[in-house]
Amino acid sequence: MEKRVTFKGWLLPLFLIAPQVLISAVFFFYPAGQAVWQSLFIPDPFGLSAQFVGLGNFEFLLGDPYYRASFATTAVFSLLVTLCSMVPALFLAVIADRLIKGSGVYRTLLIWPYAVAPAVAGVLWMFMFNTRVGVVSWYLGQLGYDWNHVLNDNEAMGLVVVASAWGRVSYNFLFFFAALQSVPRSVIEAAAIDGAHFWRRFFGIVLPLITPTAFFLLVVNVVYAFFETFGVIHTITAGGPQQATTILVYKVFADGFVGQDLGSSAAQSVILLLVVGLLTVIQFKYVEKRVHY
Amino acid sequence: MAQKSGMVEKGGAGVWLTHLLMMVGVLVVFFPIWLAFVASTITQPEIVSPPMPLLPGDQFWENYSAALLSGVNVPVATMLLNSLVMAIGIAVGKIIISLLSAFAIVYFRFPGRTTFFWMIFITLMLPVEVRIVPTFEVVAGFGMLNSYSGLILPLIASATATFLFRQFFMTIPDELAEAARVDGARPMRFFIDIVIPMSRTNIAALFVILFIYGWNQYLWPLLITTDPQMNTIVMGIKQMFPSGDDVAEWPVIMATSILAMIPPVFVVVSMQRLFVRGLVDSEK
Repeated sequence: MEKRVTFKGWLLPLFLIAPQVLISAVFFFYPAGQAVWQSLFIPDPFGLSAQFVGLGNFEFLLGDPYYRASFATTAVFSLLVTLCSMVPALFLAVIADRLIKGSGVYRTLLIWPYAVAPAVAGVLWMFMFNTRVGVVSWYLGQLGYDWNHVLNDNEAMGLVVVASAWGRVSYNFLFFFAALQSVPRSVIEAAAIDGAHFWRRFFGIVLPLITPTAFFLLVVNVVYAFFETFGVIHTITAGGPQQATTILVYKVFADGFVGQDLGSSAAQSVILLLVVGLLTVIQFKYVEKRVHY
Repeated sequence: MAQKSGMVEKGGAGVWLTHLLMMVGVLVVFFPIWLAFVASTITQPEIVSPPMPLLPGDQFWENYSAALLSGVNVPVATMLLNSLVMAIGIAVGKIIISLLSAFAIVYFRFPGRTTFFWMIFITLMLPVEVRIVPTFEVVAGFGMLNSYSGLILPLIASATATFLFRQFFMTIPDELAEAARVDGARPMRFFIDIVIPMSRTNIAALFVILFIYGWNQYLWPLLITTDPQMNTIVMGIKQMFPSGDDVAEWPVIMATSILAMIPPVFVVVSMQRLFVRGLVDSEK
């Protein structure tokens, strides 16, 4: 894609593009280069010198049971967040789509959680399930269930998953709703005349037509679960109990800033860069497909 | 969006059931916010002896003024101001540098154009979370810890906005640029008189998205603001919890949580149409 009509001169455009290039260079390329560079060294405990270890940090990481566990935790976490945010959103969108009047009001109300920061969402859910004062945990206690996400791995994971998925339900709802609204009515009516009832129409016609949206949301939600849920985890569990909710991004922070293990943290950054790159490629491949659709 | 015809819709009970399901869904989604609001209007003893009530109490002014004027470490009013500066700084900064660079890339042929284009493109792939340690060192090296520029600058270089504007500029008819050139208009005249006014809606939609992005930042302010005076509200809430066994000031913390969500919720709800458009555009 190129413009036919352009302006002459090269000084002005360089001047125009300079701010963005400069900021990218200073705050993106230099730090990313540093991350790659630091990942090849192990600094001594006083930070005075560093020893070159080649790929040693990576070898160590890939053999480290804690790091592998963090990989597994991240996989489980992203899968659950994606499921827990997409399924209810699709359900709500299908219901809203059936309404002739009033869907605008519901949409306005359902958008709210999207605007709530993940860290604030973490505080809200932590408050509900707090072991001392939480309302939900208290009622669970009345029912005979002793809720304690501070000690129980699965409960901790469940809580960070729900708190992370909560705001995404809004986001997914908007996209599903828009997709459902754009399904041609004539197709659905034709099926209705042929005697297909609601669920038959939904699985046979509507669902295949909104698959591109669903796939797009799948990728976007996985990216979200990987990189934007730090606030939720930091406010609710701080990666615990033990390491039960330490996802990869949290571990970069914990090892780099809390543990001061810079070589390992840098190597983890580099691995994450590869993961981001892969996810971006998938996203773009898909976007290309959607353009030709 | 086609209006639904009556043919596939059920009347009577079906519609009511649909509304009922929808209301249950909205209630469930809303419950955490409601509970936080209730907690921000009652007293500490009511909260620490569970179960807390589910309807608002009469301590609204007491709790909110306690939060705004004194807070726990720092008045919440200060944190709100910091968040506002950060969110607007990020949104406006991103929009300005992206407009300029997209204009340069679309309307000029200059040496290094392709290289710069790819440079910007690659930044799409680098969320701040994966390069925190070295970025922190850069910002510390510049002496920008605990400053607005340290909060804003590392977050304004994202390629998303540049791409959005590039896509949009490509759709501006060539005749307009041709006419401007024939009239002897300088490129910047064309940019200011034609391109910017035509991009108004895109700019507004992007502003909504970027404002929320900036307001909701957590990790970055957590790292670089060691001085409570520079805390933003989203990261400041966590700092209000005492370490150890002390009991948290729940009413004040919950009032702060509500205050932290008011600006982004207001922006999203009042500019709903722009917001949905911005969301769809920026994810394309």
